[in-house]
This record gives sequence, C-alpha cells and structure tokens, in this order.
Amino acid sequence: MAGRAQIPNKSSALIAMIADEDTVTGFLMAGVGNVDLRRKTNYLIVDSKTTVKAIEDAFKEFTTREDIAIVLISQYVANMIRFLVDSYNNPIPAILEIPSKDHPYDPAHDSVLSRVKYLFSTESVASGRR
Amino acid sequence: MSGQSQRLNVVPTVTMLGAMKARLVGATRGHALLKKKSDALTVQFRQILKKIVSTKESMGEIMKTSSFALTEVKYVAGDSIKHSVLENVKNASLKVRSKQENIAGVKLPKFEYFTEGETKNDLTGLARGGQQVQQCRAAYVKAIEVLVELASLQTSFLTLDEAIKTTNRRVNALENVVKPRLENTIIYIKAELDELEREDFFRLKKIQGYKKRAIEKQVASAKQFAEEQSAEKVSLQQGISISSAHNLLSAAAHKDEDIIF
Repeated sequence: MAGRAQIPNKSSALIAMIADEDTVTGFLMAGVGNVDLRRKTNYLIVDSKTTVKAIEDAFKEFTTREDIAIVLISQYVANMIRFLVDSYNNPIPAILEIPSKDHPYDPAHDSVLSRVKYLFSTESVASGRR
Repeated sequence: MSGQSQRLNVVPTVTMLGAMKARLVGATRGHALLKKKSDALTVQFRQILKKIVSTKESMGEIMKTSSFALTEVKYVAGDSIKHSVLENVKNASLKVRSKQENIAGVKLPKFEYFTEGETKNDLTGLARGGQQVQQCRAAYVKAIEVLVELASLQTSFLTLDEAIKTTNRRVNALENVVKPRLENTIIYIKAELDELEREDFFRLKKIQGYKKRAIEKQVASAKQFAEEQSAEKVSLQQGISISSAHNLLSAAAHKDEDIIF
C-alpha cells in the first residue's frame, strides 16, 4: 500500500541505544552492543558534556540505518529532542522511551503513550496503570 | 453539499444501467467487507492498547530491577567495570529478528530477540563480583525481552493506527461518495429511459392516429366514389345526366320562391 512503510523481513537486526552511561553499560553487558568495521557504534552515551546536536545526529542516524530495528532512548534524552521524537512516526525502527536510573519515568511525556491515552478513555488508562 | 446532484457523466442507455447496477453491487459488497475489516482491526487495536499500557508499566519495574543489579555490580566489582564493558564491545550477540503477522490483510511486524554466538565479556568481573555481573546480565536480558515485546506492540500500534485510518477513509468514501453517486446515476438513467419510452409511445400513437385518419379518408372517398357511380348509372338510365339534374334542382331552388316544396 502506498502510504505504509515496508516492513523489512530480515533475519537479524540490532537494537540501538541513546542513554546515560549506566543504562548503556547494563545493556552492553546483556550483549546488544555492536561496533562495525568503521568503529561506528550502535549506542550513544549521553553525559553532561553531550550536546543536543550530537543527540539529534545520533537519533537521525539510528532511525535511518537499515540494520536497526529498535531504538531505545532514555526519556530525559528524548525530552531534549522531543520535537524529533514526536515528528518521527515510522513503524520501523521502533522508538522506545525507557526510564533511566536518575530520572523517574513519566508516562505523560511518552509520545506513543500520549497517543494511546488520547485514543483510550482516560480512566481505563489510569486503571490499567494502577 | 452537492451529494444529491452528483452523478457520473454517462450516456443513459440500458447497457450503462446494467453496468452501473453491477458497480453499485460491487461497491456495496466492498463497503460491507471493508467495514468488517475495520471492525476486526479495531478489536485488535484495542487489545494492543491494553497490552501496551500494561507492558509499559512492567517495563518501569524491570528497568528498576536491572538498574539495581548494575549498582550491585558497581559496588562489588568497582566503578571501573564499566570501562572494561565499554571497551569489550565488538559484535552484538543479542539481536532482533522481525517476523510478519497478518491481521485482516494488514502486515504487522513482530520482533523477537535471539542470542547469537557466545557472549564476549564472559570474563568480565572474573576478579571480583562475577556472580553479580551474571545476575546483572540476566536482568538486562530480561529487560530487553520486555522492551522488544513493547517495541513490537508499539510498531503494531502505529501500523494498525495507520491501517484503521485508511480503511475508515475508504469505508466513508464508499458510503458517502461512491454509492450515492452510483445511485444518482442509476436514477438519472432510469428517468432518462422512461422519458425516451414516453416519447416513443407518444410518437407511435401519433403515427397511428395519422394512419387511421388517412384510412378513414380513403374509405370515405371510396364510398363517395361508389355513390357517385351508382347515381350516374341511375341518371343514365333515366336519360338525364346527374349534373344537369343537379342544375335543374338548384335552378328550381333559385327561381321560384313561391314554391314551397
């Protein structure tokens, strides 16, 4: 169909991350990290020195790369580039906002969850979460 | 809106009427089918919405657990372990595979993770806190499991949202544009055909009238001719021509006004 994005049916794809150091370390331990031949990583560690521009670039790169199926992004990082995350609406790669250690998870900010809430009646979402 | 006056620009013929009727039948069937599809998708969509909400909730829990596991690792093995982890990254051993699921003709992606080869940093934390490292890894793998599930739900959500919108648009277009237009066209063709029929009928009637009158005239003239002929015969027998008899009669009528009869 015309408007719909094609779903690639690949046998293997990567999970990309944009998060703080601890979260990235944890996921790397689980074995999602990948460094390709040009020393390009599939993760970006965000610390106090990382610029918004760098995050934007990484986000754009991860969402356009062919071999990435899921992009995990810390919610506070997502809030920094909220306009990009909100304007992104392709099914693949899927953008997932994850809570980070020192930033509690706020469901109101999640771009997908806010749409869910918009579609669902508010009380059923509230009862589902409690 | 101009919904009522809308119709297709066609030549009003019987063939066209048949074609239009067939198209209307097709449109009605398509409309019913699309409506069913939309309903099926909506059911699926609601299920996914519910699942997304509950999975998001459990994700928070699991991320908390795994963060805590990482903190334990840091405490036991020292903060420097993260450098050895970051340095040891080579190839991803945990990857995602995507499958397609077909729901009412809509292809939904479904992710599942799998491990490939052995994990490289098996030796991480060999000196200190190896058990914690393993626990932490298990916790994060679990987190990945939930996240991958959530990702496939979210992707399905977006895809289904789009599909439902498209389907509803089609349903509405069929219901509010295509069907009325076809119906109007059929009405128009029927009216036009009736008009033609009436015209034809009237024309035939008219022709019949003309013919009748012509026949009557002919019959009348034939009768007159026969009468005249018989009168002539009679007058010839009496020795007076019919015209002179006529003259005599008219002369008599003019001359003597005293004569009453």
